[in-house]
Amino acid sequence: MCLAIPMKVTAIEGDQDDILIPPVATVEARGVTSRIRLDIVDRMPRVGDYVIVHAGFAIHTLAPEDARKSMALLQEMAGQTDDNQPR
Amino acid sequence: MTDFAKGMAQGLLSKIKDASSGKPMCFMEVCGTHTMSIFRSGIRKLLPREIRLVSGPGCPVCVTPVGEIDQMIELSLLPGVITATFGDILRVPGSTYNLSEARARGAEIKVVYSPADALEIAENNPDKKVVFLGIGFETTAPSVAATILQAHRNKLKNFMVFPSHKLMPPALDALLSDPEIDMDGLICPGHVSTIIGARAFEPVAEKFQMPCVVTGFEPLDILQGICMLAQQVSRGENMVENAYRRAVSWDGNRRARKIIETVFKPADARWRGLGTIARSGLEIRKKFRQLDARRHFGTREKTVPEPKGCQCAQIIKGMALPSSCPMFSSACTPLTPVGPCMVSSEGTCAAYYKYGES
Ligand code: SF4
Repeated sequence: MCLAIPMKVTAIEGDQDDILIPPVATVEARGVTSRIRLDIVDRMPRVGDYVIVHAGFAIHTLAPEDARKSMALLQEMAGQTDDNQPR
Repeated sequence: MTDFAKGMAQGLLSKIKDASSGKPMCFMEVCGTHTMSIFRSGIRKLLPREIRLVSGPGCPVCVTPVGEIDQMIELSLLPGVITATFGDILRVPGSTYNLSEARARGAEIKVVYSPADALEIAENNPDKKVVFLGIGFETTAPSVAATILQAHRNKLKNFMVFPSHKLMPPALDALLSDPEIDMDGLICPGHVSTIIGARAFEPVAEKFQMPCVVTGFEPLDILQGICMLAQQVSRGENMVENAYRRAVSWDGNRRARKIIETVFKPADARWRGLGTIARSGLEIRKKFRQLDARRHFGTREKTVPEPKGCQCAQIIKGMALPSSCPMFSSACTPLTPVGPCMVSSEGTCAAYYKYGES
């Protein structure tokens, strides 16, 4: 049930403080586009951020740097050098 | 895997080997999504022989007791009811038949991807009562709570939730309190932790002197988690570490937890295999009682025995492997499942069957 890959936010409608119409984001990953709810996400994403999605709702926003930081940590654990870090 | 990823995997594997240095270690991957990823990536075969991985209670469908499945089937057959649910539960055997067979007997059942879809079905079918089966852990509970809030705000009269949510930390506490369980570390669930935060495992780590590492679902994430666990064991530590910082913070998602708290309160819950565990489930608060399918229909769970011979109860606790079940891959296959562990895409028996391990 968990979709592991973060999805990229391409558009946002509505805002967090409007209690009648929950905010919605358009997201994209691996060529698939979908619309997801933002009512329970920890931090409202901006266009260009990534979100982790579960059952049609974003549950976590991550800035593009966050993903890279985590890669760096993995590298350190594996005792690798920094030369060929993917972007 | 790219060459780069292969290099990292190799690096992690050799660190795991160094840390374990021949000492047997047994780690439990608590979450069903981890189980699947571990099989898909073949991690078991790559690990040094002394490191054993067992699956835990983290498949929501698998831990739902038969009596509750029966209740869901009973509800689905009521006139004027549409049942909306995630697909996994459909083929889980009840005591006489499953939801899929209930559908053949006239029940209107719709598989949805999100609780929000269930709400839409209710809006489009004002003359029917739509019951969403709320199955899942802390990851699913906030989206169901948000949907309940929305239905409440919009004064929707024909939408209801059958709450059957389960909470992970109390279940781990109950599991590890069993003197027969002997584990060296826990691979803690990724997206459950996104909501509850890595810190939620601290009581378990402390009480049971149990190394805990929260990790993600990519093969490298999992290897890193195992590596950190092996290093903790070799150093004699028992801490909570977070190997999934891109998705999990120490405190978790406060906003989601607040929405859960607004709608639900903790309640005792029954788990297949683990029995009744205090405050390990969620009950809908009185304020939203008109959205509670249990209250509305007044259904009661009957105690029903597990399917005869099925060892899911033991498998959920990491105390048996599918291969020790005489029905595995003979009487019990994904096409003819006897227990829930063979049905769910996160079930341990389904994983062993699909990836041909015994
Ligand atoms: S193989 Fe089937 S019957 Fe045996 S434990 Fe697994 S699900 Fe139950």
